[in-house]
Amino acid sequence: MDFEEEPEVIIKVNQLFKIFGNDPKRGVEHLRAGRTKQEIFEKTSLIVGLDDVSFEVMKGETFVLMGLSGCGKSTLLRSLNRLIHPTAGEIIIGGRDIVGMNDDEIREFRRDNIGMVFQNFALLPHRSILDNVAFGLEIQGMPLAERHEKSRAALELVGLSGYETSMPDQLSGGMKQRVGLARALAGDAEILLMDEAFSALDPLIRRDMQDELIDLQERLNKTVIFVTHDLDEALKIGNRIALMMDGKIIQVGTAEEILMNPENEYVERFVADVDMTKVLTAKDIMMKADPVIYCKSGPHHAARLMKEFGISSLFVVSQHRILRGIVMLEDVVEAVKHDKKTLEETTIQDIPFVQLDTPISEIIPVIADSRYPLPVLDEDARLKGMIMRSSVLLALARKEPETNDS
Amino acid sequence: MIPKLPIGDLVADLVDWIEFNLGWLLDIITAGFKTVLNGFADILMIIPPLIFIPILAILVYLVSHRNLRLALLSIAGLLLIWNLQLWDLSMMTLALVIASTFIALLIGVPLGILASGNDTFDAVIRVLLDFMQTMPPFVYLIPAVIFFSLGNVPGMIATVIFAMPPAIRLTNLGIRQIPTELIEVADAFGATPRQKLLKVQLPGALPTIMTGVNQCIMLALSMAVIASMIGAAGLGYQVLVGIQRVNIAMGFEAGLAIVILAIILDRVTQSVVR
Repeated sequence: MDFEEEPEVIIKVNQLFKIFGNDPKRGVEHLRAGRTKQEIFEKTSLIVGLDDVSFEVMKGETFVLMGLSGCGKSTLLRSLNRLIHPTAGEIIIGGRDIVGMNDDEIREFRRDNIGMVFQNFALLPHRSILDNVAFGLEIQGMPLAERHEKSRAALELVGLSGYETSMPDQLSGGMKQRVGLARALAGDAEILLMDEAFSALDPLIRRDMQDELIDLQERLNKTVIFVTHDLDEALKIGNRIALMMDGKIIQVGTAEEILMNPENEYVERFVADVDMTKVLTAKDIMMKADPVIYCKSGPHHAARLMKEFGISSLFVVSQHRILRGIVMLEDVVEAVKHDKKTLEETTIQDIPFVQLDTPISEIIPVIADSRYPLPVLDEDARLKGMIMRSSVLLALARKEPETNDS
Repeated sequence: MIPKLPIGDLVADLVDWIEFNLGWLLDIITAGFKTVLNGFADILMIIPPLIFIPILAILVYLVSHRNLRLALLSIAGLLLIWNLQLWDLSMMTLALVIASTFIALLIGVPLGILASGNDTFDAVIRVLLDFMQTMPPFVYLIPAVIFFSLGNVPGMIATVIFAMPPAIRLTNLGIRQIPTELIEVADAFGATPRQKLLKVQLPGALPTIMTGVNQCIMLALSMAVIASMIGAAGLGYQVLVGIQRVNIAMGFEAGLAIVILAIILDRVTQSVVR
């Protein structure tokens, strides 16, 4: 695998509590004393929103908060820009604890650092699309010409150029949410909070918007905190997912980690219906493609490698592991007999291959039709691993597959 | 037997006390009301009908989003009033209505905004408004007369008090009806309370507030007519004289002019909303 930069923590949440009701600090003490949400409600009529939540979000990642309604995910999201004021704990963003900020500080902080996208779009009905997008900039006090220019750029980013003078009620749901997204992006905030942003859209539009978000993320590399109750959505867009229940985070991890090692029964039930063939991709199930043979080597070398590793085929690569083809044992033996100097004639070119992020559902038909192991390539056609039929079956049986750990 | 509670006497004492101690305040209020009323009256009366009617028709046409029928109806109605020789009286009544509505909104809208942001204040003012709206309108005439004697100013005072409740109620309602998400938008993007009010809450509440303005004007018109009993000038006085002299012709013509004014005012303010 590629060398990855050490990720930078941008949001650090530390033992965060939110209790609704009178004198909420009492609730925190009850929780620390080990009482449950239900017990506390019966005894004090306090409602536990968040119960000792701690996690970190890395710069540039899409972090999904997921759970059923009432699990506290929206409360947690709203705590991150303090639309809801936590009862105890700290939220460190950019080195500053926002829980302790006063009104002026928090306003300043929201203007500069955080954009938000809402479930029901929340466009201001009396404003044109352009002025809706410009709302945040207007609040910052940016002059008209400048904020319109920035807003036009943001509208272009979400593919809505030409709708500047339309009014919100003239747009479809999907378009409205693009406007909502543009509004959140216009201010160049580093962090984007998205509250069930696609839940109000119908399924087809919804999928388009998810793709679009992934696309945008590749270009903009914002830090996105995304709330959803839809596991498929979480798995699709999230780099990491936090599963919540009763105001607590039950498990944090990548899609694969959660699917493969559910922390408890609750998570297991949550993920039971997931179609694994759509979630797992080539990079999750591929094996190491070692050894490989350099395209300038001769058949004798190939034969020795095959014998040594006990394999019947070898991938042929040029410099930087760029895939050239595959050689099969019987052809190599033939070449050795005829005393060929290179593998050129022996190499079978144009073999089927898949990309790192190809889902299993698309791998299955390819591998079923192929006589060879399936090579996995990155964007530059470099060989990253390979997939055998057995690796697909293993993955579908939900066993930990052999992974490429180089 | 329980003796009769001296509520009436207590109120009378209170009125005496106010008259004696707060005379200066009453004078200021009188002067203020007079200025506003005279301002509007001067403008309306100084323009000759043949210039006023087309100007008004164009204005109606524009504010009603180019409703030609409404503009033509206004022209016909105003020409009829002119023909009945009730022009000056009608303009006086119109001035009373506009001046009273102006003051009622000036006080009512801010109170409504205040009530929308403060539940305690809302609860208090709600009781007061219920009281004001169920009290028969004639009763307002009594303190108005006592504090401000007879004439246009006490008429206006009664009209303002009578017309104000819908302005307060509907401003309050309009702001409270704004979806929570829109309020969150303002907060999430770092708006100050003032920015939130001006850019989100008031624009969002505007249709409801305009309904309040419409009701306010209609109530002001009805009260401006009743206020003729304490000497307010205008069409109402004409009706009153018609009653006193059993002059059906006179009363009916004045009544018709009031209806015409009412229809124009109502249609115009309603179509502004849409």
